[in-house]
Amino acid sequence: MIVELGHFALVLALVLSLVQSVLPVTGALKGDNRLMAVAPPVSVMLFLLVGLSFAALTMAYVTSDFSVVNVWENSHSTKPLIYKISGVWGNHEGSVLLWVLILVFFGALVGAFGSNIPAPLRSATLSVQAWITAGFLLFILATSNPFARIAQAPIEGNDLNPILQDIGLAIHPPLLYVGYVGFSITFSFAVAALMLGRIDAAWARWVRPWTLLAWVFLTLGISMGSYWAYYELGWGGWWFWDPVENASLMPWLAGTALLHSALVMEKREALKVWTILLAIFTFSLSLLGTFLVRSGVLTSVHAFATDPARGIFILVLLCLFIGGSLTLYAWRAPMLKQGGLFAPISREGSLVLNNLFLTAATVAVFVGTLYPLALDIVTGEKISVGAPFFNLTFGPILVPLLMAIPFGPVLAWKRGDLLAASQRLYAAFGIALAACLFCFWLWGMKMVLAPLGVGLAVWVMVGAAAEILGRIRLRDVGLARGISRLTGLPGSVWGTAIAHFGVGVTLLGIVTASAFQVEQIRTMKPQDIVSLEGFDMTFEGAVPRKGPNYTEEVAHFTVRQGGVEIARLDPSKRVYTARQMPTTEAAILTLGVSQLYLSLGESRGDGAVDVRVYYKPLITLIWIGCVIMAFGGLVSIADRRLRVGAPKPARKSKAAAPAAQPAE
Amino acid sequence: MIGAAGAVLAAAVGLILYALNDQIVFFQSPTDVVEKGIGPGQRIRLGGLVEEGSVVRADDAHVTFSVTDTSNTVKVTYTGILPDLFREGQGVVTEGMVGPDGVFVADNVLAKHDENYVPKEVAEALKKQGVWKGDN
Repeated sequence: MIVELGHFALVLALVLSLVQSVLPVTGALKGDNRLMAVAPPVSVMLFLLVGLSFAALTMAYVTSDFSVVNVWENSHSTKPLIYKISGVWGNHEGSVLLWVLILVFFGALVGAFGSNIPAPLRSATLSVQAWITAGFLLFILATSNPFARIAQAPIEGNDLNPILQDIGLAIHPPLLYVGYVGFSITFSFAVAALMLGRIDAAWARWVRPWTLLAWVFLTLGISMGSYWAYYELGWGGWWFWDPVENASLMPWLAGTALLHSALVMEKREALKVWTILLAIFTFSLSLLGTFLVRSGVLTSVHAFATDPARGIFILVLLCLFIGGSLTLYAWRAPMLKQGGLFAPISREGSLVLNNLFLTAATVAVFVGTLYPLALDIVTGEKISVGAPFFNLTFGPILVPLLMAIPFGPVLAWKRGDLLAASQRLYAAFGIALAACLFCFWLWGMKMVLAPLGVGLAVWVMVGAAAEILGRIRLRDVGLARGISRLTGLPGSVWGTAIAHFGVGVTLLGIVTASAFQVEQIRTMKPQDIVSLEGFDMTFEGAVPRKGPNYTEEVAHFTVRQGGVEIARLDPSKRVYTARQMPTTEAAILTLGVSQLYLSLGESRGDGAVDVRVYYKPLITLIWIGCVIMAFGGLVSIADRRLRVGAPKPARKSKAAAPAAQPAE
Repeated sequence: MIGAAGAVLAAAVGLILYALNDQIVFFQSPTDVVEKGIGPGQRIRLGGLVEEGSVVRADDAHVTFSVTDTSNTVKVTYTGILPDLFREGQGVVTEGMVGPDGVFVADNVLAKHDENYVPKEVAEALKKQGVWKGDN
C-alpha cells in the first residue's frame, strides 16, 4: 500500500511539475502576478511529493519488502539497518529518485527562501527547474520505476553489492548529488534570466549563494568519494582518473570557474555573457556526468544494471537541455550590454586568468574522458586514457593557476599594481622559497619536482594567510586594533582565504603522498615481520570471523616502533554470503596526518598470506584540504552582504583607464 | 589580454594533442598481440580470459598466468596483489608491456568488471573470436 502511495506521489509530482513548467514562466513573461504566485507553493509541494515517494521506497527497504523488485534485487533481510537505508540509492532506480529529490529540494529552497529575488526571475527560474524535474520524473516513471512489484514475492533478497555496504554509501552519494544537482538551480537562473532579458550585477548576487552551496557539497562529495575508494577498494590509491571520477571533476572545475566569474559580474557587471555561459556549461557537465554514469556506457562500480533504453532516454534529455539552453543563449546573449572595463592587471584580470586555466583544465579532462568513447564509436578501436595523459595535461595547466592564486585577492579592482601586490607577498614568497630549499637540502637533488611542489603548496597556503594579514595591517595599527579588524573582515574575504588555504593543503598532501609513498609486498607466515619507515609489523596469524551477512578471514598484525607496540591492525578478506562475492578490507593506522595502509592478498592455504603495506606521508591532508575548501565556501555563504535582501546597485564607474580593454 | 588567453588555450590544446598521441594505451587481445606482432616497448592493455590451471603463485606476490581468447594465449607475469575477482576462467584486463622473452609483464591488473565478471572490452574481443557464450 505504502509502495503504491509512493508511486502515486511520483505521478502526481509529474503532473504538478508540468503545471509548474508552464504557468509561472508565462506569468513572468506577461507580467501576470497571479500566475507567478503559483511558483513558490508548487515548488514546495513538489518537494513534499517526491519526498513522500522517497520515504515510501525507504520504508520498503527498511521492512525488507521483497515484493518490490528493486528491494528484492538490492537488499537482504540480514543486512544491517544503515545499509538498508543507504541501499535505497545504491542502485539505478533509487539513485535517480534521489537525484530528482535534490532537484526539487533546490526548487523548494528558492520557493521558500528566495523572497528577496524579484518575482519574475524567481517564477521563471522555478519553471525552468520544473522542466528538468518533469524530464527526469518521466525518465523514472517510463524506464526506471523503483516501485515495480513482483507477483510472487520471494522470501529473500539478492543483497547489495558488498563494495557498497559501507558507511561511505550513506555519505558520498547524497553529498555528491547535492553538489551535482545543486548546479541545476544556477542553470535555471541563467536560462530564466536569458528569457527575461535582464542580466545585471544583482543577478550574480542572487545566484552566488546557490552556486556556493552546490560547490561546497560537490567539493565534499568528491573528496569523500575519493577517501571511500581509497580505503574500500584496497588498492591504496585516492584518485584513478576513472571516467566516473572525471564526470564529477568536470562540473567541479567549471563550477569553481563560475564562482569566480560571478564575482566579477557581481562587483563590476563585467563578464556577463561568459558567466551565463559557464552557468549553462556547469550543469550541462553535471548532466553529462549523470549520462556517463547512469547509462552504462562506462563499466564501473557506479554503473548498476544497464539498459539501452535508459541510456537513450537520458541522452535525449541531455540534448534537449543542453541544446535548448545553448540555442537560447546564442539568440539572447548578443543583446547583453557590456559591463565595466578593466585593465589586464587587476582583480578582474586575475579572475579571468583563473577562468581561463580552469576552463582549459576542464577541456583536458573532457577530452581525456570522452575521446576513448568517441574513438570506440567511430573506429571500434579500444583505448584507455589513464593517469599519464592527465598528469601531462591537467598538471601543467593547473600549475600556473596555483602560482597565481595568492596574487588574485591582493590586486585591486579595475586597475591593480602588480608591484604593490608583490610587495605584500614578499614574505609569503620568502617562506615558500625557504620551504623549497629546505626540501632540497633534506632530500637532495634526486627529486626535483617534489621540493618544487612543496614550495608551491606553501606559497598558496602562506599567500592566503598573507592576504588576511595584509588586510588588517597589523604593523600599522597594533595588536588590539588588528584583532578587532580581524573579526570585522567580511565573510567573503575570510571564505576566499580559507578556501585558498585549503587548496594549498590538498596540494601538499598530493605532493608528499605521491612522491614519498613507500610500499612493500610480501608473502608472510605467522610471526614474520615486515619493516617499513621505522615501523615493524608482525603477522600474528589469521582467524575466521562471522559478520551479519558475511564471513571473513581476519589477519592480526602488531605494529611496533622502536620495539614499542603502538597499534594492532586487523585487515581482512570477506566473502559476502548472499552473492558469494569477496572483498578486501584494508586496515589503516593514522599517525598524525600520515597513514600506514595494510591490505591482504589471497591467502595461500598454509597459513601464509600476501600482504601489501604502504606508508603514505601526509596523505590525509588531501581530504583535509578539501574539507577546508568547503568550509571556506560555507563562511562565504554566511557573509551578510550576500543575504541582505535589497542588493546595493553596483557603483557605476565610467573612469576606465586608457589602457583598459573590454572585459570580453 | 585576448592574446594571453589565446596563448594559454593554444598551449593547452597543444598539450592535450601531444598527450593523446603519446600517452594513450590500446586494448589488444592475445590474437592481436600474436598477429600484429606487438613487441617490447609498446604499452598495451591485454585482455581475455585467465586460462584454467595457468595461475602459478610464487613468494612475495609474484604470480604468472596466461591470458587467452581461445585462439591464442599470452603468458603474463605480475607482482602485486590481484583484485578480489581475479579467477581462473574469468575475464581480466592487464596493463603493461611485452618483455624481450615474449612474456607480458603487467604492472596493473584491473578489477573492473560488469555483473558477469567479464570486462566489456574482453567480452567484445571474445565475440570477435566467436567464442562468446554470454547472453548478449
